[in-house]
Amino acid sequence: MKNKSSILTVLAVVLAASAGPVMAADDGKGKELSGRDIAFDNKKGNCLSCHAVPNDPKAVAAGNIAPPFIMMKERYPDRAKLRAQIWDSTQANPKTAMPPFGKHRILSEQEIDLVVDFVQSL
Amino acid sequence: MKRRLSIFLGCLLVVANIGAYASPEDDRKALLKHYKQILPNVKQADYVLGALALNPDAKEQYDSIMMFPPFVNDVDVGRELWEKPFKNGKTFTSCFRNGGKNVAGSYPYFDNGVGKVITFENALNACLRHNDEAELKYGSNELGLLSAYAKSLSDGMKVNIKVEGKDALAAYENGKDYYYSRRGQLNFSCAICHVDNAGKFTRSEQLSPMIGQAAHWPEFRAGTELVTLQGRFRQCQKNVRAAPLEYNSEEYNNLEYFMTYMSKGLPMQTPVFRK
Ligand code: HEC
Repeated sequence: MKNKSSILTVLAVVLAASAGPVMAADDGKGKELSGRDIAFDNKKGNCLSCHAVPNDPKAVAAGNIAPPFIMMKERYPDRAKLRAQIWDSTQANPKTAMPPFGKHRILSEQEIDLVVDFVQSL
Repeated sequence: MKRRLSIFLGCLLVVANIGAYASPEDDRKALLKHYKQILPNVKQADYVLGALALNPDAKEQYDSIMMFPPFVNDVDVGRELWEKPFKNGKTFTSCFRNGGKNVAGSYPYFDNGVGKVITFENALNACLRHNDEAELKYGSNELGLLSAYAKSLSDGMKVNIKVEGKDALAAYENGKDYYYSRRGQLNFSCAICHVDNAGKFTRSEQLSPMIGQAAHWPEFRAGTELVTLQGRFRQCQKNVRAAPLEYNSEEYNNLEYFMTYMSKGLPMQTPVFRK
Protein backbone atom coordinates (compact mmCIF):
# COMPACT_ATOMS: atom_id res chain seq x y z
CA MET A 1 0.00 0.00 0.00
CA LYS A 2 2.80 2.35 0.92
CA ASN A 3 4.49 1.45 -2.35
CA LYS A 4 1.37 2.14 -4.32
CA SER A 5 0.89 5.57 -2.90
CA SER A 6 4.44 6.55 -3.61
CA ILE A 7 4.03 5.45 -7.22
CA LEU A 8 0.95 7.64 -7.35
CA THR A 9 2.89 10.56 -5.96
CA VAL A 10 5.58 10.09 -8.58
CA LEU A 11 2.94 9.92 -11.29
CA ALA A 12 1.30 13.08 -10.05
CA VAL A 13 4.62 14.90 -10.07
CA VAL A 14 5.47 13.69 -13.56
CA LEU A 15 2.03 14.71 -14.84
CA ALA A 16 2.26 18.08 -13.23
CA ALA A 17 5.71 18.62 -14.69
CA SER A 18 4.48 17.80 -18.19
CA ALA A 19 1.33 19.91 -17.80
CA GLY A 20 2.88 22.57 -19.97
CA PRO A 21 3.24 26.32 -20.10
CA VAL A 22 1.71 27.11 -16.70
CA MET A 23 4.60 25.40 -15.00
CA ALA A 24 7.94 27.12 -14.74
CA ALA A 25 9.97 26.04 -17.74
CA ASP A 26 12.66 23.53 -16.96
CA ASP A 27 15.33 25.62 -18.65
CA GLY A 28 15.30 27.83 -15.62
CA LYS A 29 14.23 31.04 -17.40
CA GLY A 30 12.21 33.34 -15.20
CA LYS A 31 13.23 31.68 -11.95
CA GLU A 32 16.34 31.38 -9.88
CA LEU A 33 18.75 28.85 -11.33
CA SER A 34 19.35 25.90 -9.04
CA GLY A 35 22.76 24.30 -8.59
CA ARG A 36 21.58 21.50 -10.84
CA ASP A 37 20.47 23.97 -13.54
CA ILE A 38 23.85 25.67 -13.44
CA ALA A 39 25.73 22.38 -13.48
CA PHE A 40 23.80 21.06 -16.50
CA ASP A 41 23.52 24.26 -18.57
CA ASN A 42 26.12 24.11 -21.34
CA LYS A 43 26.59 27.89 -21.18
CA LYS A 44 27.25 27.72 -17.43
CA GLY A 45 28.87 24.80 -15.65
CA ASN A 46 28.49 22.33 -18.50
CA CYS A 47 29.69 19.62 -16.10
CA LEU A 48 28.09 16.93 -18.30
CA SER A 49 30.60 17.68 -20.97
CA CYS A 50 33.09 15.61 -18.96
CA HIS A 51 31.26 14.05 -15.98
CA ALA A 52 28.41 11.56 -15.96
CA VAL A 53 25.72 11.80 -13.27
CA PRO A 54 24.55 8.18 -13.12
CA ASN A 55 21.70 8.77 -10.68
CA ASP A 56 20.09 11.63 -12.56
CA PRO A 57 17.91 10.58 -15.52
CA LYS A 58 18.14 14.08 -16.98
CA ALA A 59 21.91 13.81 -17.26
CA VAL A 60 21.95 12.37 -20.79
CA ALA A 61 24.77 12.39 -23.36
CA ALA A 62 27.38 12.98 -20.70
CA GLY A 63 31.10 12.73 -21.40
CA ASN A 64 33.64 10.48 -19.74
CA ILE A 65 36.76 12.63 -19.59
CA ALA A 66 36.45 12.98 -15.82
CA PRO A 67 35.08 10.73 -13.04
CA PRO A 68 31.29 10.37 -12.67
CA PHE A 69 29.51 12.19 -9.86
CA ILE A 70 28.73 9.44 -7.40
CA MET A 71 29.26 9.17 -3.64
CA MET A 72 30.49 12.71 -3.61
CA LYS A 73 29.94 13.16 0.15
CA GLU A 74 32.23 10.21 0.75
CA ARG A 75 34.80 11.36 -1.75
CA TYR A 76 34.69 14.98 -0.57
CA PRO A 77 33.62 15.06 3.09
CA ASP A 78 35.26 18.47 3.30
CA ARG A 79 33.05 20.97 1.47
CA ALA A 80 35.87 23.51 1.25
CA LYS A 81 38.01 21.03 -0.59
CA LEU A 82 35.29 20.32 -3.14
CA ARG A 83 34.74 24.05 -3.59
CA ALA A 84 38.46 24.62 -4.12
CA GLN A 85 38.48 21.86 -6.72
CA ILE A 86 35.74 23.63 -8.68
CA TRP A 87 37.18 27.12 -8.14
CA ASP A 88 40.61 26.21 -9.55
CA SER A 89 41.50 22.56 -9.89
CA THR A 90 44.91 23.33 -11.39
CA GLN A 91 46.01 24.04 -7.79
CA ALA A 92 45.70 20.37 -6.86
CA ASN A 93 46.78 19.05 -10.29
CA PRO A 94 48.53 21.34 -12.77
CA LYS A 95 47.75 18.95 -15.63
CA THR A 96 44.01 18.75 -15.01
CA ALA A 97 41.56 19.17 -17.89
CA MET A 98 39.07 20.89 -15.59
CA PRO A 99 38.39 24.60 -16.24
CA PRO A 100 39.04 26.93 -13.27
CA PHE A 101 35.45 28.03 -12.75
CA GLY A 102 36.16 30.58 -10.04
CA LYS A 103 39.58 31.85 -11.01
CA HIS A 104 38.51 32.50 -14.62
CA ARG A 105 35.07 33.78 -13.57
CA ILE A 106 33.25 31.18 -15.61
CA LEU A 107 30.73 31.07 -12.76
CA SER A 108 30.07 33.63 -10.03
CA GLU A 109 30.95 32.85 -6.40
CA GLN A 110 27.22 32.34 -5.61
CA GLU A 111 26.79 30.04 -8.58
CA ILE A 112 29.78 28.01 -7.43
CA ASP A 113 28.24 27.65 -3.96
CA LEU A 114 25.02 26.30 -5.47
CA VAL A 115 26.93 23.88 -7.69
CA VAL A 116 29.01 22.67 -4.73
CA ASP A 117 25.82 21.90 -2.77
CA PHE A 118 24.35 20.08 -5.74
CA VAL A 119 27.46 18.03 -6.47
CA GLN A 120 27.91 17.16 -2.82
CA SER A 121 24.35 15.82 -2.74
CA LEU A 122 25.12 13.23 -5.44
CA MET B 1 93.16 13.84 -12.60
CA LYS B 2 91.82 17.28 -13.25
CA ARG B 3 91.71 16.58 -16.96
CA ARG B 4 89.90 13.33 -16.39
CA LEU B 5 87.29 15.04 -14.30
CA SER B 6 86.63 17.66 -16.93
CA ILE B 7 86.28 15.00 -19.62
CA PHE B 8 83.85 13.22 -17.36
CA LEU B 9 81.89 16.44 -16.80
CA GLY B 10 81.95 17.13 -20.53
CA CYS B 11 80.40 13.75 -21.19
CA LEU B 12 77.73 14.41 -18.62
CA LEU B 13 76.87 17.69 -20.34
CA VAL B 14 76.55 16.00 -23.72
CA VAL B 15 74.24 13.40 -22.24
CA ALA B 16 72.15 16.07 -20.56
CA ASN B 17 71.83 17.96 -23.83
CA ILE B 18 70.67 14.93 -25.75
CA GLY B 19 68.11 14.32 -23.05
CA ALA B 20 66.73 17.85 -23.26
CA TYR B 21 66.47 18.13 -27.02
CA ALA B 22 63.67 16.23 -28.75
CA SER B 23 63.77 16.32 -32.55
CA PRO B 24 60.51 16.44 -34.52
CA GLU B 25 61.06 12.75 -35.24
CA ASP B 26 61.40 12.05 -31.48
CA ASP B 27 58.18 13.99 -30.89
CA ARG B 28 56.33 12.01 -33.54
CA LYS B 29 57.53 8.66 -32.23
CA ALA B 30 56.66 9.57 -28.64
CA LEU B 31 53.18 10.60 -29.70
CA LEU B 32 52.66 7.43 -31.72
CA LYS B 33 53.67 5.42 -28.68
CA HIS B 34 51.22 7.34 -26.53
CA TYR B 35 48.31 6.66 -28.90
CA LYS B 36 49.24 2.98 -29.23
CA GLN B 37 48.94 2.82 -25.46
CA ILE B 38 45.61 4.59 -25.04
CA LEU B 39 44.01 3.38 -28.33
CA PRO B 40 45.51 -0.11 -28.71
CA ASN B 41 42.88 -1.26 -31.21
CA VAL B 42 43.31 1.51 -33.75
CA LYS B 43 45.69 0.87 -36.64
CA GLN B 44 48.14 3.66 -37.36
CA ALA B 45 46.92 4.05 -40.97
CA ASP B 46 43.39 4.63 -39.63
CA TYR B 47 44.33 7.73 -37.62
CA VAL B 48 43.44 9.75 -40.74
CA LEU B 49 39.82 8.71 -40.16
CA GLY B 50 39.82 10.63 -36.88
CA ALA B 51 36.92 9.83 -34.59
CA LEU B 52 35.50 7.47 -37.25
CA ALA B 53 38.33 5.04 -36.53
CA LEU B 54 36.96 4.73 -32.99
CA ASN B 55 33.37 3.95 -33.92
CA PRO B 56 32.62 1.09 -36.37
CA ASP B 57 28.98 2.15 -36.87
CA ALA B 58 29.93 5.71 -37.77
CA LYS B 59 32.67 4.38 -40.06
CA GLU B 60 30.18 2.15 -41.88
CA GLN B 61 27.87 5.10 -42.40
CA TYR B 62 30.81 7.16 -43.64
CA ASP B 63 31.83 4.48 -46.14
CA SER B 64 28.38 4.37 -47.67
CA ILE B 65 28.21 8.18 -47.89
CA MET B 66 31.64 8.32 -49.55
CA MET B 67 30.45 5.98 -52.32
CA PHE B 68 28.39 8.89 -53.68
CA PRO B 69 29.88 11.91 -51.91
CA PRO B 70 27.31 14.67 -51.48
CA PHE B 71 30.00 17.28 -52.19
CA VAL B 72 30.88 16.30 -55.80
CA ASN B 73 29.27 19.45 -57.19
CA ASP B 74 31.22 21.61 -54.75
CA VAL B 75 34.50 20.00 -55.75
CA ASP B 76 33.47 20.57 -59.36
CA VAL B 77 33.29 24.30 -58.68
CA GLY B 78 36.87 23.98 -57.42
CA ARG B 79 37.85 22.10 -60.57
CA GLU B 80 36.48 24.90 -62.75
CA LEU B 81 38.57 27.42 -60.79
CA TRP B 82 41.64 25.22 -61.18
CA GLU B 83 41.19 24.73 -64.93
CA LYS B 84 40.11 28.26 -65.87
CA PRO B 85 42.96 29.92 -67.81
CA PHE B 86 44.54 33.07 -66.37
CA LYS B 87 44.55 36.22 -68.49
CA ASN B 88 47.98 35.16 -69.77
CA GLY B 89 46.60 31.81 -70.90
CA LYS B 90 48.37 29.70 -68.27
CA THR B 91 46.59 27.71 -65.55
CA PHE B 92 47.38 26.53 -62.03
CA THR B 93 49.03 23.41 -63.42
CA SER B 94 51.93 25.61 -64.59
CA CYS B 95 52.85 26.41 -60.97
CA PHE B 96 53.10 22.87 -59.61
CA ARG B 97 55.26 19.89 -60.31
CA ASN B 98 53.56 17.09 -62.17
CA GLY B 99 50.61 19.30 -63.10
CA GLY B 100 49.65 19.41 -59.43
CA LYS B 101 49.28 15.66 -58.97
CA ASN B 102 50.70 14.19 -55.76
CA VAL B 103 52.18 17.43 -54.51
CA ALA B 104 49.94 18.58 -51.64
CA GLY B 105 51.41 16.08 -49.17
CA SER B 106 54.64 18.09 -49.15
CA TYR B 107 52.84 21.15 -47.72
CA PRO B 108 53.32 23.05 -45.52
CA TYR B 109 57.03 23.44 -46.05
CA PHE B 110 59.46 25.97 -44.62
CA ASP B 111 60.78 28.46 -47.19
CA ASN B 112 64.20 29.69 -46.10
CA GLY B 113 64.06 32.52 -48.64
CA VAL B 114 61.07 34.23 -47.08
CA GLY B 115 61.74 32.72 -43.65
CA LYS B 116 58.18 31.43 -43.27
CA VAL B 117 56.00 28.38 -43.44
CA ILE B 118 54.27 28.08 -46.81
CA THR B 119 50.90 26.31 -46.75
CA PHE B 120 49.23 24.78 -49.79
CA GLU B 121 46.79 27.71 -49.84
CA ASN B 122 49.80 30.08 -49.87
CA ALA B 123 51.14 28.23 -52.92
CA LEU B 124 47.78 28.56 -54.71
CA ASN B 125 47.74 32.28 -54.03
CA ALA B 126 51.41 32.64 -55.02
CA CYS B 127 50.47 31.09 -58.36
CA LEU B 128 47.74 33.69 -58.85
CA ARG B 129 50.15 36.47 -57.88
CA HIS B 130 52.91 35.33 -60.26
CA ASN B 131 50.40 35.33 -63.07
CA ASP B 132 49.09 38.83 -62.29
CA GLU B 133 45.78 37.55 -61.00
CA ALA B 134 44.01 38.68 -57.84
CA GLU B 135 44.68 36.46 -54.82
CA LEU B 136 41.81 34.71 -53.07
CA LYS B 137 40.89 35.60 -49.53
CA TYR B 138 42.06 33.21 -46.83
CA GLY B 139 39.07 31.54 -45.22
CA SER B 140 36.89 32.21 -48.27
CA ASN B 141 34.73 29.50 -49.75
CA GLU B 142 36.36 30.09 -53.12
CA LEU B 143 39.89 29.32 -51.90
CA GLY B 144 38.50 26.40 -49.89
CA LEU B 145 36.80 24.87 -52.94
CA LEU B 146 39.87 25.43 -55.11
CA SER B 147 42.01 23.69 -52.48
CA ALA B 148 39.45 20.85 -52.25
CA TYR B 149 39.88 20.08 -55.94
CA ALA B 150 43.62 20.73 -56.01
CA LYS B 151 44.15 18.47 -53.00
CA SER B 152 41.95 15.76 -54.49
CA LEU B 153 44.76 15.39 -57.04
CA SER B 154 46.92 14.24 -54.12
CA ASP B 155 44.40 11.85 -52.60
CA GLY B 156 46.36 8.90 -51.22
CA MET B 157 49.74 10.67 -51.32
CA LYS B 158 51.76 10.08 -48.19
CA VAL B 159 52.30 13.13 -46.01
CA ASN B 160 55.92 14.07 -46.49
CA ILE B 161 56.91 17.06 -44.36
CA LYS B 162 60.47 18.15 -43.74
CA VAL B 163 61.83 20.20 -40.88
CA GLU B 164 65.37 21.09 -41.86
CA GLY B 165 67.52 23.90 -40.53
CA LYS B 166 67.36 26.22 -37.57
CA ASP B 167 64.58 28.49 -38.79
CA ALA B 168 62.34 25.63 -39.91
CA LEU B 169 62.83 24.05 -36.51
CA ALA B 170 61.92 27.33 -34.79
CA ALA B 171 58.65 27.49 -36.75
CA TYR B 172 57.92 23.87 -35.86
CA GLU B 173 58.65 24.53 -32.17
CA ASN B 174 56.43 27.59 -32.26
CA GLY B 175 53.54 25.50 -33.60
CA LYS B 176 54.21 22.85 -30.99
CA ASP B 177 54.19 25.42 -28.17
CA TYR B 178 50.88 26.73 -29.43
CA TYR B 179 49.46 23.22 -29.41
CA TYR B 180 50.49 22.49 -25.85
CA SER B 181 49.67 25.89 -24.29
CA ARG B 182 46.49 26.53 -22.35
CA ARG B 183 44.43 29.51 -23.34
CA GLY B 184 40.96 30.97 -23.22
CA GLN B 185 38.48 31.26 -20.39
CA LEU B 186 38.09 27.49 -20.18
CA ASN B 187 41.88 27.08 -19.98
CA PHE B 188 42.34 24.23 -22.45
CA SER B 189 45.29 23.39 -24.64
CA CYS B 190 44.66 21.48 -27.85
CA ALA B 191 46.64 18.62 -26.33
CA ILE B 192 44.35 18.20 -23.32
CA CYS B 193 41.55 17.09 -25.63
CA HIS B 194 43.34 15.49 -28.57
CA VAL B 195 46.40 13.99 -26.83
CA ASP B 196 45.56 13.30 -23.18
CA ASN B 197 41.90 12.43 -23.74
CA ALA B 198 41.82 11.00 -27.28
CA GLY B 199 39.15 8.31 -27.49
CA LYS B 200 37.14 9.76 -24.61
CA PHE B 201 33.83 11.53 -24.99
CA THR B 202 32.98 15.16 -24.45
CA ARG B 203 29.18 15.02 -24.36
CA SER B 204 28.47 12.64 -27.24
CA GLU B 205 31.52 13.61 -29.32
CA GLN B 206 34.46 11.24 -29.28
CA LEU B 207 37.83 12.94 -29.37
CA SER B 208 40.10 12.05 -32.28
CA PRO B 209 43.87 11.63 -31.89
CA MET B 210 45.99 14.45 -33.31
CA ILE B 211 48.07 12.20 -35.54
CA GLY B 212 46.15 11.97 -38.83
CA GLN B 213 44.12 15.11 -38.16
CA ALA B 214 46.00 17.28 -40.65
CA ALA B 215 45.83 14.79 -43.54
CA HIS B 216 42.23 15.01 -44.79
CA TRP B 217 41.35 18.60 -45.60
CA PRO B 218 39.21 20.32 -46.47
CA GLU B 219 36.21 18.39 -45.20
CA PHE B 220 32.56 18.81 -46.04
CA ARG B 221 30.45 18.72 -42.93
CA ALA B 222 26.85 17.60 -43.08
CA GLY B 223 27.47 16.96 -46.78
CA THR B 224 28.30 20.31 -48.32
CA GLU B 225 29.47 22.74 -45.62
CA LEU B 226 33.14 23.34 -46.42
CA VAL B 227 35.53 23.51 -43.45
CA THR B 228 39.26 23.96 -43.84
CA LEU B 229 41.87 22.81 -41.33
CA GLN B 230 42.38 26.34 -40.06
CA GLY B 231 38.60 26.80 -39.96
CA ARG B 232 38.52 23.80 -37.62
CA PHE B 233 41.26 25.37 -35.44
CA ARG B 234 38.97 28.38 -35.10
CA GLN B 235 35.96 26.26 -34.15
CA CYS B 236 37.87 24.39 -31.48
CA GLN B 237 39.17 27.66 -30.08
CA LYS B 238 35.70 29.21 -29.96
CA ASN B 239 34.41 26.09 -28.20
CA VAL B 240 36.85 26.66 -25.35
CA ARG B 241 36.19 30.42 -25.36
CA ALA B 242 39.64 31.30 -26.64
CA ALA B 243 40.06 34.06 -29.21
CA PRO B 244 40.41 32.40 -32.63
CA LEU B 245 43.27 33.70 -34.77
CA GLU B 246 43.04 34.96 -38.35
CA TYR B 247 43.23 32.51 -41.22
CA ASN B 248 46.79 32.34 -42.54
CA SER B 249 48.24 33.97 -39.42
CA GLU B 250 51.83 33.00 -38.76
CA GLU B 251 50.81 31.10 -35.59
CA TYR B 252 48.17 29.04 -37.41
CA ASN B 253 50.56 28.29 -40.26
CA ASN B 254 53.20 27.15 -37.77
CA LEU B 255 50.58 25.09 -35.94
CA GLU B 256 49.57 23.49 -39.24
CA TYR B 257 53.27 22.78 -39.97
CA PHE B 258 53.73 21.05 -36.60
CA MET B 259 50.48 19.08 -36.85
CA THR B 260 51.10 17.98 -40.43
CA TYR B 261 54.57 16.77 -39.50
CA MET B 262 52.93 14.56 -36.88
CA SER B 263 50.89 12.93 -39.68
CA LYS B 264 54.04 12.15 -41.68
CA GLY B 265 53.88 8.91 -43.65
CA LEU B 266 50.08 8.63 -43.53
CA PRO B 267 48.16 8.58 -46.82
CA MET B 268 46.08 11.71 -47.36
CA GLN B 269 42.31 11.46 -47.78
CA THR B 270 41.20 14.54 -49.66
CA PRO B 271 38.51 15.69 -49.49
CA VAL B 272 36.22 13.88 -47.06
CA PHE B 273 32.77 13.92 -45.53
CA ARG B 274 32.28 14.56 -41.82
CA LYS B 275 29.09 14.70 -39.77
C1 HEC C 1 37.53 20.78 -25.23
C2 HEC C 1 38.13 19.84 -26.11
C3 HEC C 1 38.85 20.34 -27.37
C4 HEC C 1 39.91 21.21 -27.43
C5 HEC C 1 40.58 21.94 -26.30
C6 HEC C 1 40.28 21.26 -28.82
N1 HEC C 1 39.47 20.48 -29.56
FE1 HEC C 1 39.71 20.03 -31.52
N2 HEC C 1 38.03 18.91 -31.48
C7 HEC C 1 37.24 18.68 -30.37
C8 HEC C 1 36.09 17.89 -30.74
C9 HEC C 1 34.98 17.44 -29.82
C10 HEC C 1 36.21 17.64 -32.13
C11 HEC C 1 35.26 16.83 -33.02
C12 HEC C 1 35.51 15.35 -32.78
C13 HEC C 1 36.85 14.96 -33.29
O1 HEC C 1 37.02 14.75 -34.50
O2 HEC C 1 37.81 14.91 -32.48
C14 HEC C 1 37.46 18.28 -32.55
C15 HEC C 1 37.95 18.20 -33.83
C16 HEC C 1 39.17 18.73 -34.21
C17 HEC C 1 39.75 18.56 -35.52
C18 HEC C 1 39.15 17.76 -36.66
C19 HEC C 1 39.44 16.32 -36.50
C20 HEC C 1 39.03 15.51 -37.68
O3 HEC C 1 39.72 14.51 -37.92
O4 HEC C 1 38.07 15.84 -38.37
C21 HEC C 1 40.94 19.22 -35.52
C22 HEC C 1 41.92 19.34 -36.66
C23 HEC C 1 41.10 19.82 -34.21
N3 HEC C 1 40.01 19.50 -33.44
C24 HEC C 1 42.17 20.59 -33.83
C25 HEC C 1 42.27 21.25 -32.60
C26 HEC C 1 43.29 22.21 -32.27
C27 HEC C 1 44.44 22.62 -33.18
C28 HEC C 1 43.04 22.63 -31.02
C29 HEC C 1 43.75 23.71 -30.23
C30 HEC C 1 43.79 25.02 -30.82
C31 HEC C 1 41.86 21.92 -30.54
N4 HEC C 1 41.41 21.11 -31.54
C32 HEC C 1 41.33 22.02 -29.28
C33 HEC C 1 37.51 19.09 -29.09
C34 HEC C 1 38.57 19.92 -28.72
